[in-house]
Amino acid sequence: MGKTMIEKILARASGSDEVAVGEIVFAKPHRILSHDNSAAILKIFEKMGGKKVWDPERVFIALDHAVPPPDSGKANNHKSIREFVARQGIRHFYDCGVGICHQVLPEYGHVLPGVVVFGSDSHTTTHGALGAAGIPIGRTETASVWALGETWLRVPPTIKIVLEGKPRDDVVPKDIILFLIGQLTAEGATYKAVEFHGPAVREMGVGGRMTLCNMAAEMGAKAGMVPYDDVAERWLDDLTDEPYEAVHPDPDADYETTLTFDCSEITPQVARPHKVDNVVPVSEIGDVKIDVALLGTCTNGRLEDLEQAAAVLAGKQIAPGVRLLVYPASRKVLDQAYDTGIAKRLLDAGAQIAVPACGPCLGAYGGVLAPGETCISTANRNFKGRMGCKEETGIYLASPATVAASALAGRIVSP
Amino acid sequence: MELQGRMWILDDDDINTDVIYPGKYTYEMLSPEEMATHALEDHDPSFAKNVGKGDIIIAGRNFGCGSSREQAVTCLKHAGVAAVVAASFARLYYRNAINQALYVIECPKAAQYARGNRESLENETAVLDPEKGSLAIGDRTFTFTPMSGKALEIFEAGGLAAYTKQKLAG
Repeated sequence: MGKTMIEKILARASGSDEVAVGEIVFAKPHRILSHDNSAAILKIFEKMGGKKVWDPERVFIALDHAVPPPDSGKANNHKSIREFVARQGIRHFYDCGVGICHQVLPEYGHVLPGVVVFGSDSHTTTHGALGAAGIPIGRTETASVWALGETWLRVPPTIKIVLEGKPRDDVVPKDIILFLIGQLTAEGATYKAVEFHGPAVREMGVGGRMTLCNMAAEMGAKAGMVPYDDVAERWLDDLTDEPYEAVHPDPDADYETTLTFDCSEITPQVARPHKVDNVVPVSEIGDVKIDVALLGTCTNGRLEDLEQAAAVLAGKQIAPGVRLLVYPASRKVLDQAYDTGIAKRLLDAGAQIAVPACGPCLGAYGGVLAPGETCISTANRNFKGRMGCKEETGIYLASPATVAASALAGRIVSP
Repeated sequence: MELQGRMWILDDDDINTDVIYPGKYTYEMLSPEEMATHALEDHDPSFAKNVGKGDIIIAGRNFGCGSSREQAVTCLKHAGVAAVVAASFARLYYRNAINQALYVIECPKAAQYARGNRESLENETAVLDPEKGSLAIGDRTFTFTPMSGKALEIFEAGGLAAYTKQKLAG
């Protein structure tokens, strides 16, 4: 039998000719990502007896989860990280305002096809968009990788998802991945890798592929991946001179399951509180009033996402009482949004544009909800209390266009 | 080694790390003891006050889904929880638990039985033998595959921090 992408990538990262599903391997990452949690990780690292990280060139840190810091405790976390980075000679450090780790990592050429990226963040799966294996790990494990340069993994089976057909004009990758999570459920890919194939994926840009792989985490996946092709090649051409060797799944690769969906039948989708797999078409949502509309984050904070929202908002005003919060995924995205007039269209419609960062997605600062409030968001999680308050709050997840249209209407509507 | 503990039976699937340890505390530098006071806060605000040393949580499918936050393990461990038994675990939670030496037992039949008889079993004592792979609840005994290999090696070292410390010391 042939090999899947994850089997080939883990073989390479563990220095083996070949690995099999179920085997335990020790994988060495090309990069290991962390963010504000580096403040806690460095303490664990030092407690372990760590003196120098095994290879400062492979360590990547971006500050994004509490940016700008809302209190002195979080400012102090950042300070301790800056001091650590200087002590350790870590070059790939991106301070507050450069952007969200999952955007900055590929944007600055740190993700190469065929490599393993470990990340102390559950949405590290995002990096599969470039044909890499982005594998989330915990804080202690990240400290251990900083010290030892590797960690153990079980080679997972792979689910192959084939996306056939041409999506409708009002359907974007976010609608497709919400639909898929509704079909596969929140545990549909637990302990497994997912490969996204088919004509609808080949037609997607790298940004859309990042949205798919980002939310593969919401099916429980260990990694979500799109096979490398000319779209990824062109994207990388502008960003890195580093040589790479892509891996391609064998035509006779041994998939645990192959699932095929016709994208032309998918309509705009929304995930209702409090589970990401609680998905329905927007047309069936009924009358849901909203207080906050959140546009951005690592799921949908790229230029194309802001552009889709701006196209809906252009020349109009958001509903009275609604707050439209915009968190671009990176400074580069925000810069382009200014240059192209997208930022102006958002501002004119009544949006508040924030510093590129995670914002209220994780509920720690920057636009959290009050009791009784409802939010429609382009982010990736709608768990109870996720946006900082659990008392009678609800979070709905949708595409940038649906979020924009809902901000105009003051209730959830199709774009 | 046998563990005896009072059961907390959580009657939901997909109990996520946000309700186990809310995001608003994730970037506060809290001690494990402080983390314990927020354990399961957004699922059951009374849990942290009432949980005792050696208690065993019994849960449904996909326990610990969501964020990579390790505090969702730390808070339970330092609240006194000796083991979490679930029908299934999210992979990051499972790894984080091994890395912090908290027993995580995947045993769908035990979870189903406990949840089906929650009224009579809640607060009763379960007897767990993680090494033999057995769990007694009421008059029923369930079996599961005990931890082995690399996971066991890390667990027995006292968790990944201790394991790495040993490795670094050579």
